[in-house]
Parts: sequence; C-alpha cells; structure tokens
Amino acid sequence: MQLTRAGFLVLLWLFVLAALRVVRSDLYAASGLRVPTPGLRRGAKKAAKGNKAPRQLVVTHGALAGTRISLDGRPILIGRADDSTLVLDDDFASTRHARLSMRGTDWYVEDLGSTNGTYLDRAKVTAPLRVPLGSPIRIGKTVIELRS
Amino acid sequence: MGSPVPGAQGTPPAAAGGTPPAASSTSPGLKPPTRRGSELFLLAFAALLVTIALILVEANQEQELTMRIVWLGLAYLGLLSVAHFAVRRWAPYADPVILPCVALLNGLGLVMIHRIDLAMADVKLPKGVVWSPAAPKQVLWTAIALVLFCTALKVLSDHRTLARYGYTCGFLGLVALVLPGVLPSFIAPEINGAKIWLSFGAFSIQPGEFAKILLMVFFAAFLVSKRELFTTAGRRVLGMDLPRARDLGPLVAAWLVGVSIMVLQKDLGSSLLFFGIVLVLLYVATERAAWVVLGVVMFCVGAVAAWKMFGHVQIRVQNWLDPFADAANKGYQIVQSLFGLGTGGLFGAGLGGGRPDQIPEANTDFITAVIGEELGFVGLAAVLLIYTVFAMRGMRGALAVRDTFGKLLGGGLAFAVAFQIFIVVGGVTKLIPMTGITAPFLSYGGSSLLANYILVALLLRISDAARAPKTTPKPRPQQPAIADQFTVMVERPK
Repeated sequence: MQLTRAGFLVLLWLFVLAALRVVRSDLYAASGLRVPTPGLRRGAKKAAKGNKAPRQLVVTHGALAGTRISLDGRPILIGRADDSTLVLDDDFASTRHARLSMRGTDWYVEDLGSTNGTYLDRAKVTAPLRVPLGSPIRIGKTVIELRS
Repeated sequence: MGSPVPGAQGTPPAAAGGTPPAASSTSPGLKPPTRRGSELFLLAFAALLVTIALILVEANQEQELTMRIVWLGLAYLGLLSVAHFAVRRWAPYADPVILPCVALLNGLGLVMIHRIDLAMADVKLPKGVVWSPAAPKQVLWTAIALVLFCTALKVLSDHRTLARYGYTCGFLGLVALVLPGVLPSFIAPEINGAKIWLSFGAFSIQPGEFAKILLMVFFAAFLVSKRELFTTAGRRVLGMDLPRARDLGPLVAAWLVGVSIMVLQKDLGSSLLFFGIVLVLLYVATERAAWVVLGVVMFCVGAVAAWKMFGHVQIRVQNWLDPFADAANKGYQIVQSLFGLGTGGLFGAGLGGGRPDQIPEANTDFITAVIGEELGFVGLAAVLLIYTVFAMRGMRGALAVRDTFGKLLGGGLAFAVAFQIFIVVGGVTKLIPMTGITAPFLSYGGSSLLANYILVALLLRISDAARAPKTTPKPRPQQPAIADQFTVMVERPK
C-alpha cells in the first residue's frame, strides 16, 4: 500500500518531467524562427573560415532583434506585407520597404519606394548599393546586418 | 576569393543543395520535425498512468482485480490513439504536449469519479437510496467529446476562418450565457443555488461552457478589427495612459454582462471567469496596463456592491472568511474540503484510501479536494503542473503563430483554462471565496468536457499553424526572375 502510494506519485511526476523534456527539445522548433542550436552554430563557423561570403542576415535592433535568416541566394523582401521574407510590425516601415538581392557573390540593398527610406550605414539608399559584411541597414526602427 | 556560391544568377530554390552541408542544415527548406512520435509516447504514458490509478483504486477498495481493468486501460489508449491519428492527419505540426496533458487529466478525472462512485455506493446502497454511478456516463461523454474533437480538427482547417464569424459567435455566446438565467425554472432549474443549467428530460447541459469559447472568438475577432481604437491615448494619470472615456464601451459591456450573470444566475465563478478573460484579451491586444488596472477597479466595485446587495454573495464571503463559524451548515462544503486536504497531507492517503464520501459535490466542484486527499500535496501539485504545462504550450503556440487573431484567441483560450483552475483550486483551498465552477477535464459533467475538448482542438489548430513550415506564398516562384531584372529608380512624384 505504502509502496504503491509512493510509486504512483513518482510516476505522476515522471510524466510531468517527460512532458517538460519534450517541451525543452521542442523549444527551438516551435518558435517558427530559425534559431540554430549551439552545435549547429559551431559547424557553421568552421565552414565559414576563409570564406567571407555573407551567410545570414541578423536583426540587431527593433522588435525582431535576434532573428536570423540564412541566405540561400534568393532575394529577401523586407516590409510589413505578410509575404515578405522578414515581416516587420513597425509603424515606420512600408508594406514593401526594401529588398536585398544577390549579384554574383555580393548582396545589394535597394529601396522599394518606401515612405521613410532605407539607410545603409547612415547613407540613404536611392539606388541599389552593395552591402558589406557587418554594416547596418536601418529600416524604420529595425536594424539588420549581414554576417558570414 | 573563397569558394564562390554556385549558380548565383537566378538560382532556382533547388540549388540550395550546392552550399556546404553545415549551412544547408539551417536552410529554410528543411522540414521541422512534427514530433508526433513524442506525442504518441506521452499518450501511452498517460494511458498507463490512468490504468495504474484504476488498479490501485480497485485494489484499495477491495474490489475484484480482473482482466477487465486492463481492457479498460487499453480501451482508453484506443480512444486516445483515435485522437492521435486525427491530429496526425489534420494537424501534423500541432504541439505534442497538449493532447497528452489533457488525456492524463481526463483519465485521472475518470478514475476519481469512479472512486467517488465506489464511496457513494458504500454509503447509499445500504440505505436503499436509488442512485446511479457517474463514471459510465462520464466515459460516454469522453467518447463523444473525442469524436467532437476530431470533427472540430477536420472541419476547421484554418483558425482564421473563425474570425469571419466573430459577431455571429458573439451573439450565440451571449444568448447561451444568458439563456438559463431568463428562462422559466421548469426548463432552467436552479440547482444548488445556481441557475446555469438547461434540462431536457433525462440530460441537462450547461450552455455557459460553450459560451465561454464563443465569446472568446468574438472578442478576439472584435479586438483585431478595432485594435487601433483601444490604443488611442487619453489622459495621462500616474504614469499610465488612461483610455478615452468613449473607448470604455466594450469593457463596460463586459462588466455589465458579468454582473448580470452574477445577479440572474447566481453564478459567481462564471462571472469572474468571463470578466477575467475579457481583461486579458484587452491587455494582450493593447499591451497597456491601464486596462487591467481599470478592469480590476471595476471588478472590485462590482464585487463590493454585489456583496452589499445580495444574500447569496454574503454567505459565500462569510464562508470564505470563517468557514468554521457555521461548520455544520453553511460552511459545511468548504470545511469538509479543508479536512480532506488536511487528511491527505504531503503524500496523500493513497488512491482509494481517502473518504471522498465526506466531501459534498465531490465529483464536480470539489474534485481537486478529493485528489488532494488521496494523492496529497505532491500529487495535487503534479496535477496543477500539468495544467500549467498545458496553458504554457497554448501560450507558446499563440506567441509563435503569425496572425493577430490566432495570437489573441490562443492566448485567451490557454489563459481561460489556467484561470478556471485557479478559481476552482483557490475556492477549494480557501484562498478566494468558493465559486463553484468545474475543473476543466477533471470534473464530472458532459458540457464542460465537450466544450473543453473543442478548446483543445482550437489550441492544437493554432499551434499547428504556428509550427507548420510556411507554404510558399504566391509571389515566391516569380521572385528569382524579378531579381534578375535591372532595377531602375523612378523619382516619386512630389
């Protein structure tokens, strides 16, 4: 009787722990944003050695700070529109604000006729500009940059 | 120059495979795991726990231990796997933890209801009182609820369609909420002082349980379409932006509905639950603490007024402040519940070892007291933690989903379950006045079970939408072609 009593409580708590374990392993996948696990990041760094091509776009300031999007050659649309690659919920951003696209091995930023403009390192983007690694692009309240 | 990325000009998406393997493992083309396997494992674990609980109850109550128990356990597992395959089929990316939590709570509820039946049989049969056990009925309700759950998952393939029926849901919900209060008593009888049932001959339903979900759909849809209205700043007082007086309409309406439930139906719990849900939805939609402060102030005013005016509220408060003043009569329920919890202590009396026949309304309002008696503080804490995990996963889905309506609805639904269990356990443990609403999934009651399984289906649908890989939107295929075009800057007309 005493044994079964304690045993059942132990099993009940084991269930809670099992559920929390699933929650933990699920933590990264559930967010919808792609946050690489430490193991993966290490691998990516190794591969990036000696290769200075940008591999990801990182949001450094704004509501989405910390978001990473890996670059695979396809252009990246930024704006408030739902079908943008980076959807901004920012009153200072336009529906289709800016586009990052690849030419050869370089990435170019162009403004898509936004109301408040796009800035690359304090310079207003009026024509497609090449984006060096690590230089900030400001869109409304959001700042993004390219990293290898 | 390092290794150039191949096929840079107008690369079709398939060429992403040409990048080094380390990078491709984080590329968006990768399908996230569905985690249905974890769900099946947890479901089997839940069914095992429920079976063990049933065996312990039967053994400690000196019932015959037969193979029947194992068959019952397997039947429960069978029911759960039907739900599991429905999720696999219609919401493959849904959260893997929500359904097992519900399965365990529901199963534990079934076992406890059966255990209370055994206790009642011991008390009532010798006296020759005609009485029917509740557990078989609840099993039937569970089966019906699971069918409803699967249907809801199948029919509602996208939760955003609900937003279109916002006002319809609101109207139906309001009617369902108020109906028992205004109908004559032969169809809406007053049971235990609350007028919240509609009875049709043999069975009765509690429309308030469904109204809860319908009204949440309405409020979420309403707030999404009128969100700007509520964020308009009014006067600034004490570092808070108070809303303008004319924007208070919905809050006042919700408050009036809450008060009218309290007056017409004498149902304190539902009124508190309803008002709490409205407040949280407003807060989630606007991120402004002013609404919460205002709402709490209004609630306090309403509560004090109700306490001054109505006798049944005064009795509740009196029982809360000092249940032992009239322990044999008015304070009887809460006193027995406290004795039950006290008997349970830290580790409980063991399943089947308590005296649930001593606790009134043991299988509905006070089922958490029975669990506290038989499983002790440790067991009750585990049960509460399972509720917490459930609510947390619901909130998580709401955070991750992309559309505002889904965020609001998911957050509201998850909060509703957490708040409801707070009201129940708070009442049973004398933290707040006892209000008499059911513990979701645990308590005996068909309406509650059906409504809560629909709630689970909605939460799974929202978490599925949050985790599912984004299906390529329409303009996607044309984008590489656009990227190749030479872009010409055109001056905007000034």
